[in-house]
Amino acid sequence: MLDKIKIPCTTENLKEVRKFINDNLSKYSIHENELNMITLAVDEICANRIIHSNKSNRDNQLEVEILNNNEGLVFKIKDKGEYYDNTSQVDPEILNLIKDKRKGGIGLMLARKIMDSIEVKKEDPYTTYTLIKKLKLAQV
Amino acid sequence: MVINTLNEDLFFIIEIDGDLDASSSIQLDTTLTKALSSNEKKIIVDCSRLNYISSAGLGVFMSYLQDFEANNTQMVLFNVSDKVKNVFKVLGLDNLIKIVTDKKEAKGLLAQC
Repeated sequence: MLDKIKIPCTTENLKEVRKFINDNLSKYSIHENELNMITLAVDEICANRIIHSNKSNRDNQLEVEILNNNEGLVFKIKDKGEYYDNTSQVDPEILNLIKDKRKGGIGLMLARKIMDSIEVKKEDPYTTYTLIKKLKLAQV
Repeated sequence: MVINTLNEDLFFIIEIDGDLDASSSIQLDTTLTKALSSNEKKIIVDCSRLNYISSAGLGVFMSYLQDFEANNTQMVLFNVSDKVKNVFKVLGLDNLIKIVTDKKEAKGLLAQC
């Protein structure tokens, strides 16, 4: 099975990323709720990269790769969009977001709560996010 | 994703079918805006066919809570799958947005308001 997918940078393609993750991880015995959370974390980072760094430009591409190591799952999200590192950003207060009627700002917070680590690196011309989820993987 | 709306007595029902993500959440936004401008007071969201929700979908629900309160509008979600409910729980939104088991319970809760 493919462990890498490339999509044009539009949010319509996020469902392709989710399908790729679900298909790829179906070989492991992962509870449906946990699989959904892992998929969500990757989806959130991809959505941020597509919307904010690539301005939903379908000529730009975003690549998602799944690796596994002894500790669990590693997801690499790579694109040539604008670099920014928001991983040290302080999570917003939910009640403040509600007060301000803000629709955004919780994607990274969700991803952080789900993943064990999130790192971003600039390797010209690419920005790469590495998401790690510690997990005991057992084949189905 | 497809959204259907219907009126049942005093209740405004919103049925969501599919994935509520960064691509489709605009549809929910439009639906809730219409509900507010039509002065709907009792909104029930049928999540039976809501397969997935991301922060974009959560964000839309969150962004209306102030207006609903100011307008004395109540909103209840029902038949939310475990995996979708867990996403609300991660951010504690299950304490801020009412989630009940079924439509009967949703109507019963809103009828008291």
